[in-house]
Amino acid sequence: MELSGAEILIKSLEDEGVEYIFGYPGGAVLHIYDALFQQDAVKHILVRHEQGATHAADGYARATGLPGVVLVTSGPGATNAVTGIATAYMDSIPMVVISGQVPSAVIGSDAFQEVDMVGISRPCVKHNFLVKDVNLIAETIKKAFYVASTGRPGPVVVDIPKDITDPRIKVPYKYPKKVHIRSYNPAVSGHKGQIKKAVDLMLSAERPIIYSGGGVVLGEASKELTEFSQLLGYPVTNTLMGLGAYPATDKLFVGMLGMHGTYEANMSMHESDLIIAVGARFDDRVTGKLDQFCPYAKIIHIDIDPASISKTVKVDVPIVGEVKPVLEQMIELIKDSKKTPSKKALETWWKQIKDWQSIDCLSYDRESPQIKPQFVIEQLYEVTNGEAFVTSDVGQHQMWAAQYYRFDKPRRWINSGGLGTMGFGLPAAIGVKLAHPKADVACVTGEASIQMCIQELSTALQYKTPIKIVNLNNRYMGMVRQWQEFSYESRYSHSYLDTIPDFVKLAEAYGHVGMRIDKPEEVRPALEKAFAMKDRTVFLDIITDQTENVYPMIESGKAHHDMKLRVTATGTTTDRELA
Amino acid sequence: MRHIISILMENESGALSRVAGLFSARGYNIESLTVAPTEDPSLSRMTLVTRGSDQIIEQITKQLNKLIDVVKLIDLAESAHIERELMLVKVKTTEANREEIRSMTDIFRGRILDITPVTYVIEMTGPSEKLDAFIAAVDPESIIEVVRSGATGISRGEKGLHL
Repeated sequence: MELSGAEILIKSLEDEGVEYIFGYPGGAVLHIYDALFQQDAVKHILVRHEQGATHAADGYARATGLPGVVLVTSGPGATNAVTGIATAYMDSIPMVVISGQVPSAVIGSDAFQEVDMVGISRPCVKHNFLVKDVNLIAETIKKAFYVASTGRPGPVVVDIPKDITDPRIKVPYKYPKKVHIRSYNPAVSGHKGQIKKAVDLMLSAERPIIYSGGGVVLGEASKELTEFSQLLGYPVTNTLMGLGAYPATDKLFVGMLGMHGTYEANMSMHESDLIIAVGARFDDRVTGKLDQFCPYAKIIHIDIDPASISKTVKVDVPIVGEVKPVLEQMIELIKDSKKTPSKKALETWWKQIKDWQSIDCLSYDRESPQIKPQFVIEQLYEVTNGEAFVTSDVGQHQMWAAQYYRFDKPRRWINSGGLGTMGFGLPAAIGVKLAHPKADVACVTGEASIQMCIQELSTALQYKTPIKIVNLNNRYMGMVRQWQEFSYESRYSHSYLDTIPDFVKLAEAYGHVGMRIDKPEEVRPALEKAFAMKDRTVFLDIITDQTENVYPMIESGKAHHDMKLRVTATGTTTDRELA
Repeated sequence: MRHIISILMENESGALSRVAGLFSARGYNIESLTVAPTEDPSLSRMTLVTRGSDQIIEQITKQLNKLIDVVKLIDLAESAHIERELMLVKVKTTEANREEIRSMTDIFRGRILDITPVTYVIEMTGPSEKLDAFIAAVDPESIIEVVRSGATGISRGEKGLHL
């Protein structure tokens, strides 16, 4: 079969099993768009801005585990995609981004819409390719998918000059079944000796805690993590990226850890004598002050990426490998072992944890005449039976969603954890809805974040992806305002939005349903009404308490046990430190 | 501590900038870097001299290994090895110093490659510190230019860095 470069590209995507491609046409990709037009195996989703394409593909990838695919043109098309590529890179999301490039003959001449995409994207991709020969397209696409989705996943950019996709030049096509890259051999199984050593440590620990992250979600190891944890009966905390990997409603779960983690999770980390880190990377938002991180603990670290091990925190038992098989081996060893965890020690440990839990660090004023954002998330949780896919943008609303929506399943919580990209939530929700058309999909956002990719409301209409946008509107960049309150004596420098659009009218202008909610008693009925409209995208503009802050908080440069807690009416839980 | 990291990598355009970019992005220091194809034209050999604590060197080697174009690498400083660097030096010569520079070049086992009535070009190879020593010994006023290749090296014994 002889095909042009453009046809080969699209046929390769089809043979790779790609369902959707998120993109935006332009000069350098016109040949490719022409090839797209003449087939219907690969469905194209036309976004309204290339950043939206990458986030939508990212949302699709996070919800399914399959690589998200993006097609953009050269120059501004490519640079607009960079934020979304960096977002995927920081959270290890498999993604293949195809960018057009100016014709080979004019590369380097500052041609119209020319930018060195391979150079620009290099620091935020797992790998990238410039295709210089039409005969190499199929193989390069195969390699791109292979690299993006194996090992520690990540985005891969394939930059294709326009002449390589010329419809007049036809060459034989064959999509490789397998591809081998001699310099790329991701680790699979962990070192047996290390696993044995880790299990021995686990069984003799007195104050253990399992700290699990996004790697468990990416590695499809939720079931194994759950079995492993329940076998041991040890407390489990999830990172922001790991929420849902362990069921949040289970009694072993002590909540999220880190900067806005629960009191009990952070205190357990601080007082622990054994940290079992599973697919987590000791991010600065998790560790707080490094030299006071887990001062009494030995650390076991399971990670697929050797570079994640001992990067910021020195670990005692490193295990490089896929989380799933490593946990499976550990479960075997624990079951076969004559030794069991000390019942007495564990009882004392749990008693201590229960004591920390009794502080009820996530309590808030339920009697307030104003709408509390936490209340909205709790209502969202109830209305969707805890089963929704929830995307978020970045800021206070993101933390409240993470704290108050109790995710019991992996891949349900979809947020930009590493890069912290405002504008992520809406396009990501579109990607999620395409992947799971029957599921409830909510985008929890704020009036600042939503405006960063608001144009994608148009995409949501075109492709009939009925999502529910829960806009926690406090007129502030809430997280910025909170930091300014705590660290800059409430000098709210440019964090207040003097003008914001009428979101109800805006939603309607885009062809959707808009609702404005400003009383607590209206929240529940509005959410119920919105989710009952199965075929409509609904924008719920919810006017919330402007002064509300996210608690607990470990301020930057402080340690886990040094948390700022909410001051309640009785004034008992402010800045409480462990006795 | 000073480390000499020797890298076998795909001989592809962009491979060098991946390594250089990694060092600048992560704030690692590069003292010198030299690269050329090997006997197998699909592979390049890069030698990189860097300094850092054990923890930083561990991260550097791990991050380098993560680059898809990197096939293999070793830290030569970890075991017995031979280090060589090539230096070319152009010096001003006068009646008074010509003999002295010639004898010093002999002592350092260098060679004089080019002579004009007022200059010498001296070639010298050796470990980087030997070349440093030569430069220190020459009157700085007489040096016109110094060109150094950066250190390159190979391990001693039977083991080698190959596919």
